[in-house]
Amino acid sequence: MRNILLVIKREYMVRVKKKSFLIMTILAPVLFVGGYALVIWMAISSVDSKLVQVVDESGLFTNEFKDSESLKFSFVNSSIDSAKAHFTDSHANALVYIPKNVINSPKSVRIYAPKNVSMELKSDIEKVIEKQIENIKLSEAGITHKILEDSRVNVSSETISLSEEGEKTSSSGAATIIGGICAFLIYMSVFIYGTQVMRGVTEEKTSRIVEVIISSVKPYQLMMGKIIGVALVGLTQFVLWIFLTVSLTSAASAVLSSKMPKDSQQIQQEMGKMQKGMPASNMPGAGVDNPVAEVLGAVNSLNIPLIISCFLFYYLGGYLFYSALFGAVGAAVDNDADTQQFMLPITLPIIFSFIFAQLVLRDPDGNLAFWTSMIPFTSPIIMMVRIPFGVPAWQIALSMTLLVLGFMGTIWLASRIYRVGILMYGKKVTYKELAKWIFYKV
Amino acid sequence: MNIIEVQNITKDYSNHRALDDVSINIPKGCIFGLLGPNGAGKTSLIRIINQITGPDSGHVLFDGQPLAPKHISRIGYLPEERGLYKKMKVGDQLLYLAQLKGLSQKEAMEKLKIWFIKFDIKTWWDKSVSDLSKGMQQKVQFVSTVLHEPDLIILDEPFSGFDPINANLIRDEILELKQKGSTIIFSTHRMETVEELCDNIALIHRAKKVLDGPKSVIKEQFKTNTFFVEYKGNLDGFENKYQLEKTSVLENDYLRTNIHLPSHISANELLTDLLPKIEIRGFGENIPSMSDIFMRAVNEVPEA
Repeated sequence: MRNILLVIKREYMVRVKKKSFLIMTILAPVLFVGGYALVIWMAISSVDSKLVQVVDESGLFTNEFKDSESLKFSFVNSSIDSAKAHFTDSHANALVYIPKNVINSPKSVRIYAPKNVSMELKSDIEKVIEKQIENIKLSEAGITHKILEDSRVNVSSETISLSEEGEKTSSSGAATIIGGICAFLIYMSVFIYGTQVMRGVTEEKTSRIVEVIISSVKPYQLMMGKIIGVALVGLTQFVLWIFLTVSLTSAASAVLSSKMPKDSQQIQQEMGKMQKGMPASNMPGAGVDNPVAEVLGAVNSLNIPLIISCFLFYYLGGYLFYSALFGAVGAAVDNDADTQQFMLPITLPIIFSFIFAQLVLRDPDGNLAFWTSMIPFTSPIIMMVRIPFGVPAWQIALSMTLLVLGFMGTIWLASRIYRVGILMYGKKVTYKELAKWIFYKV
Repeated sequence: MNIIEVQNITKDYSNHRALDDVSINIPKGCIFGLLGPNGAGKTSLIRIINQITGPDSGHVLFDGQPLAPKHISRIGYLPEERGLYKKMKVGDQLLYLAQLKGLSQKEAMEKLKIWFIKFDIKTWWDKSVSDLSKGMQQKVQFVSTVLHEPDLIILDEPFSGFDPINANLIRDEILELKQKGSTIIFSTHRMETVEELCDNIALIHRAKKVLDGPKSVIKEQFKTNTFFVEYKGNLDGFENKYQLEKTSVLENDYLRTNIHLPSHISANELLTDLLPKIEIRGFGENIPSMSDIFMRAVNEVPEA
């Protein structure tokens, strides 16, 4: 036991003290938050208003072009030709020409600009013109504004999940997002830390220190110490990432919100209110139009403690299941370059589970979802996708039991290969050979 | 009293037998040479003593008790293929290895200080192993092998990779460890090392023990009752009583002849016969070298 602790300590300290660990731990959240902040900042600051000149020969649009944050309209009462001639002096970004017979030939509208105009500007202008023409045509047909307003409805359905605790609002949107994030995190960490275990094993083998070490420590202890040590490194990195991201985000949003325009601040405040526990559905009118608030409200309706504890379980279970196999591969080969041939059968199920995850997100209770969330090769990722949607307790229990049996199995298998492999040099190992090692008596 | 008793050990690998009913006793406090050609089974035996692998049959006694994990801390092992963690600092590395052998961090620290002063390597503590030369790495590894003052030290080709100065330093350390009561097992091909240092030897060939015992006894066994004489003159007529072996010409007309004595004739009688006939410059018994013994013992074993 003392020896396992010593091995864990070494594996942990060596990795945590590395410069690359420090850089990754600090850089990842900075890049993440920084990139995010940059996008928001650009969105806010790119609101420099564009000036659009309008030559309206039809006279139908006099008050229809409303100035907005980004667009200022000015009407020019000259002919289109003189407007074109003066365009360069006017500092306008675009010139819109609406001919007299626009109602009959809407395609004759022209937008002139020194460079190509953005899609956004073009569609904004087109929308205004289309709407006005539509209105005019409708009123010609005898349909008034009032009738139009009344005929407009807004449908937004809510999913109500029926459970023992009674009705509660859930949102498949929130479940999808959370399930997806969990699956992605597990997928990434199995890969990153699994290969770290493998590298560690090959390093000991190629540097030939392994014979000295296993004259003091049982191979099984060395392997487990390495697996646990690397798991702790991963956990440390996660905790630091979450901590750094949260503090950076709150710092960044404090800076950004002071720069935000007024109305968006109001939206934020409203969202804040909703987050404070009032389910969106209880607020007639307000929440219905705001999908973000709806999702945020629905997150509260999810079983957060269950999701977190399941995430930790499947994160650890999936890592143990795969890192043992990665460790066995590291022991079987002589150097990093030879690992490729044995990596494939291990990485394939991980990649497949990530692909299945997308399908399961669409149908979290289907047959595929059920079976892949039971098989330990795929369950760590798939079950995490399903859990936010609600999974019967017996299925979770069965899947967990199978995963525990699964990683005990892979660890047993890996340790059989490991103890033979670490002392085997200069041999091109085949699958047949590996199978034999499992039954060797050492 | 034996520190190690290997009793009837057999070890099979998938396609060959590495050890075949091998029994060896290693007395306490000696330097024991484990000899044998490449692939004879020496490393397999060493790994069994180190509990890296287990025998298929037979057992090993350590200090009279069946070999068990608790004995690990009393053994120090320097494998033939040396290796250290390349990126780890020398000091951290030695502390780690010492703690794996059961020392507390404090004890390890104290002992390391003594060795660092002794080998004059104080400046290495914070260096990364990859910054050291091969010879320096060997020194570090030697320290890690003996730091926990083991009762049994197993050295596999300990002098490979050392220059003559450092080899001498290590040799003196080995003798000092013996003086302090440690038992040392050498596994080596270098017969001059065996000749110089070993008290007892065992020779393994094709998975079987061919020979073992104290070096002096073995040499006695391999003596052929042959004497050499260096002289001027000629030995005509001696071939009737003695068996004359090869004669070689030395400088200044001196000759050297090997003479085999029949068992009933003593060396004194030969000398008495020789004195009136020739001018003798030198006379002595041909003691077989370890290298001769190694070659003869190995060649006597029939092909399996």
